[in-house]
Order: sequence, then C-alpha cells, then structure tokens
Amino acid sequence: MARFVLHRLVLTIPALFGLLVLTFIMLRVVPNDPSAALAGENATPEQIAEVRRAYGFDQPLWKQFVIYVGQVGTGNLGNSIISNRPVLRDIADRLPATMELTFVSLLFATVVGIPIGAIAAVWYQSLFDHAVRVLTVAGLAIASFWFAIILQMIFAMELDWLPLRGRFPEGLAPPYHLTGLYFVDSLLTLRFDLFGRAAEYILMPAFTLSLAGLASIARFTRAGVLETLQKEFVHYAEAAGYRRLRIIWVYVLRNSVVGATTQIGLLFGGLISSAVAVEAIFDWPGVGSYAVNAILSSDYKAVLAITLVVGLIYALVNIMVDVVHAWLDPRVAEKL
Amino acid sequence: MLILKKFLRDVPAVLGFGIIVALCLIALLSPLIISDLERIYDGDLAARLQPPSLEFWFGTDSLGRDVFARVIVGSRGALQVALSVVALAIGIGVPAGLYAGYTNGWGSQLVMRLTDVFLAVPQLILALSVAQLIGRGLGSAMAALALTYWPFFCRTVYGEVRRLRNALFIEAQQCLGASTPRILFVHVLPNVASAVIVRATIGMGFTIMTTAVLGFLGVGATPPNPDWGLAVAEGRDYLPQSWWTVAFPGLGIFITVLGFNLFGDGLRDLVDPRLRRSR
Repeated sequence: MARFVLHRLVLTIPALFGLLVLTFIMLRVVPNDPSAALAGENATPEQIAEVRRAYGFDQPLWKQFVIYVGQVGTGNLGNSIISNRPVLRDIADRLPATMELTFVSLLFATVVGIPIGAIAAVWYQSLFDHAVRVLTVAGLAIASFWFAIILQMIFAMELDWLPLRGRFPEGLAPPYHLTGLYFVDSLLTLRFDLFGRAAEYILMPAFTLSLAGLASIARFTRAGVLETLQKEFVHYAEAAGYRRLRIIWVYVLRNSVVGATTQIGLLFGGLISSAVAVEAIFDWPGVGSYAVNAILSSDYKAVLAITLVVGLIYALVNIMVDVVHAWLDPRVAEKL
Repeated sequence: MLILKKFLRDVPAVLGFGIIVALCLIALLSPLIISDLERIYDGDLAARLQPPSLEFWFGTDSLGRDVFARVIVGSRGALQVALSVVALAIGIGVPAGLYAGYTNGWGSQLVMRLTDVFLAVPQLILALSVAQLIGRGLGSAMAALALTYWPFFCRTVYGEVRRLRNALFIEAQQCLGASTPRILFVHVLPNVASAVIVRATIGMGFTIMTTAVLGFLGVGATPPNPDWGLAVAEGRDYLPQSWWTVAFPGLGIFITVLGFNLFGDGLRDLVDPRLRRSR
C-alpha cells in the first residue's frame, strides 16, 4: 500500500511541474514587456533597462524560470493588484471558507446520494427508481448558477426563510478563529447558537453545490448495486437464508461503492469549478469569489496563483481518492 | 436495422435526440420564427420588464427586448460555440491521441504528460486563466474551452488505440507494408470513431454549460449578445418581480444540456455496453 501511494505521488510530480511551466509562460506572456509596465509611462530607455536588471528580466528565460520555481516554493506568488497583499496570504485567508463549503456539499452529496442510489437499485423499476433516474440526469443538466439564483429567489426573497447572501450575519462576531471553519470552531468553543447561524447561511450554497455531485453519486451507486446484485455470491447468501437487509448492508454495498468513490475525485474538480459561480452569487468569502474578482479586475498574479493552488489541491485529492479506492479494492494496488 | 431498433428502445436517449433535433431546427429556422432578427438588440424601453403575455411569450427584459426572441437566438450562439469548441478539441486531441497511442517512446510520453498538465486543474479555473491571458470575450472563452477539452479526446483515443495496436488485423496491415499514417487513418481511426463521437456529444453539453457559466461571470460573451448565461446575469438584478428574465434563459440551458447528456448516454450504451453507467 505504501508503495502504491509513493507510486501515485511520483506520477503526480511531472504534471505539477508542467503546471508550473504553464503558469510561468502565462506570467511572462501577459505583460509583453513587464519592465516597461513597471517603470511607468514616461520612463526613459535607461530607466526601463534598470528595472529590467533589478527584476531579473534580462536573464535567460530558463534562469527566470528557476527563480520563479524558487519563489513558488517559498510561497512568494506576488502581490495582488487590488489588495496589495501577498496573493498567497489572500488565498490562505479565504481557503477555509471554500473548504467548509466544499466539504459540506460533498458530505451532503455522499450521505444522501449513496442511500438514494442503493435504494433505487434494490427497488428496481419502481416509481422511486424512475424518480431517481430522472433526478440523476436532470441534476447534471441544471446550471448551478441558475439553480442558485432560483433558490435565492424562492427562499430568501419570496419566503424569507433563509439569508440571501454571505457566510455569517453582519455585525455578529464569528466563532473564535481556531481553524477558520465556522462549524468546527463553534463546536470547539461550545457556541451552539453560532453553529446554528452558520448552518443557516451555508444551507443554500451547499445544497446548490451538492446537486451535481448528488446526481453523479446516486447514479454510480445505483449502477454498482445493480451489478453486484447479479453476482453469484449474493444468490448464495439469499439461498443460505440471510435477511435481505443484511445482505445489502454487509455484502452488496461494500462492493458497489467503488465506482462512486472514483467519481468523488472527478467530482471535486467539478465542485471547485462550480464553487466559483456559487460563491460569487451568494457572496461567500472564499477562493471562488476571489477568483471572479481577480479575473474581472485583471489581477493576473492572483488568477495564476489560484490556478497553481487549486491544481495542487486537486492533485492531492486525486491521490487520496486513489488511496481510498485501493483500500476498498486491493486489486487496484497490486496492478503496478 | 438492428442498431436503430435497439436505440429506439432506450426512451431517454430518443428523447435526448429529439431535443437536439428540435434545437437544431429552431436554431436554423430562427429567421423564420422571429420576423425581424434585429429586434433582439433594440429594446422598447416603454415595454420594459413586461411579464409573459400573448404578445411577448416570455416577457421582456430590462431594456424592453423580447425574451423569447433572445432565448431562440441564444440557442444559435450556444450551438455554434459548442460545435466550434468541440471541433477544435477533436482537431487537437484526436491526432495527438492517435500518435501517442500508436507510437512508443518519448513522443508518446510527452503527449500524455501534457494531457496530465491540462487535466491537473479543474476546467473552469484553467478556462478563467486562459481567458484572462488572451483577454475577455467570446473568442477567448472558446479557445480556453477547446484547450481544456482536448485532453479528454486525447485520452479516449489513446486508450482505444492502445487496445487496437496489438490486434491481428493491424499486424496484418503492417506485414503488407502499409505505412503508419495509412494504418492510423484508414484502419485505426474508424474503429476509434465511435468512442470519439460519444465523447463529443457529451462534450457538447458540457461546453454549452461552461460557456453559459463564463457568460454569467462576465468572462465570455459580452452584451448585447443574447447568450443564455449573460442573460441570466443581466436579469438577476430585477428579481424576484421579473422572474421571467432569469427563468427562461436558464430553462434553455437546462433543456439543451439535458438533450445532449441523454443522447450521449444512449450512444454510449449502444457503442460499448462495457462503458454503461446505468441501465
């Protein structure tokens, strides 16, 4: 198993390196002559040359790349044009919000999706099964930004049951910052009232975000359970007289969720993508809304930094998913 | 034909196909449906934000433009963009996949590592950074989407070619002295085509969705383009009273993407039952 993890890590490194090259190319191509832009409007050629030397733009490209990699390695990804703070700082501040949203969405999608898929498979061709099949197809076709707006319109504007936007009520102090995750912090500080408020605010964004994932997970679980139910060992268990529920819980589910698990890795990428629009709509103070602001104000350093950070997180998540996959189905790890 | 019969039995797939055909017809015949195409750009400010009525089937938006007409013309834009993007992605990805799958050695490895790089980041994020690089607008959004989607085609083709590479009929062609390009394009490609078509159909749906998201964020289509995503963004300020400005473009996206997804799934079930996701 350790070998498998190592193998996966090693495979990821060229991809991340390639990503560094890609972002470097984008960094150097955007401002055609960065030194001219930095030196200002009325700079003389000597001043521009001075800036060029100071920033190292006169070095050969590969040397600049090495410097760039060194900068990335030490966490220096430049300053944001808007906030004038280090971009990595901005991202780190906003990461907990996005992580919390993504995690709650994923949790919801899994906790609801797997049972729905399994029950639909067990009650094959029933009304419930047909309803689930419609849901899984529709859930992937609904634009998340549109769904978010519709939810906002119904539950916040018309019914006034849920707050319209934001992560926490204005004017109320969020839980004491231990992790940055409001749910965790509020529980750790025993402020259950704040837990409730945070839940109010996360409900619509998380539900919106979870829809596509829910559809996908339910679909794959259903397919997996249907397939497993055909297997011989299930027939054997039935013939031996085991109760249906026990068969499903102990034998079938374990073998069926493999397909759904590998989906979760892909799903994560989709979640990050959808989070961009959803965060922008609900004014959720996370990396997604930061990305939208960055791109609308041409804050190219921020956009590239986000690309790198998201790429890294995505790679790590994929490795984790593969590890879980190997744990669920050890045959995967052996095929090295 | 047996395969047609089999396809017709898959109700969701037929429904998807029907939606796509209807969509293409609407897009092609839009000059006939809407008497004056220019109407979607000129708004009658006196008639702004009218609810759906007999005159304006989907109501009017904040500039007095007919929402129904805009949704219809938006379908044209969506299909055009999706076709271009998928065609471009196929143009890059399929040859790359053929090359990588058929040859061994560092060229093949390089191509596959390149796909890894482009797949390392979720597509929307990559599309955002590319769009920001080239400048915001529909053209850059299309280029960005094609750049993010070609790896999928490359990978699909690569897998198929690897499978076929050791097939007997390929070996026979090699023995007969067929050149590599000939083998690839005359013998391998037709066998790979079905997987590519399935991927392309699903890709159409995905591209339409992502184009709408980019349009919504303000990174893709620009006003006065009747792009569905952009229309939702424009209509958002007038909720909840003028719900029709948001609801109908969104429904357009939903039905279109649904059609492509259903049809793509049906195709996949037809082409390779091993790839079936569900019954």
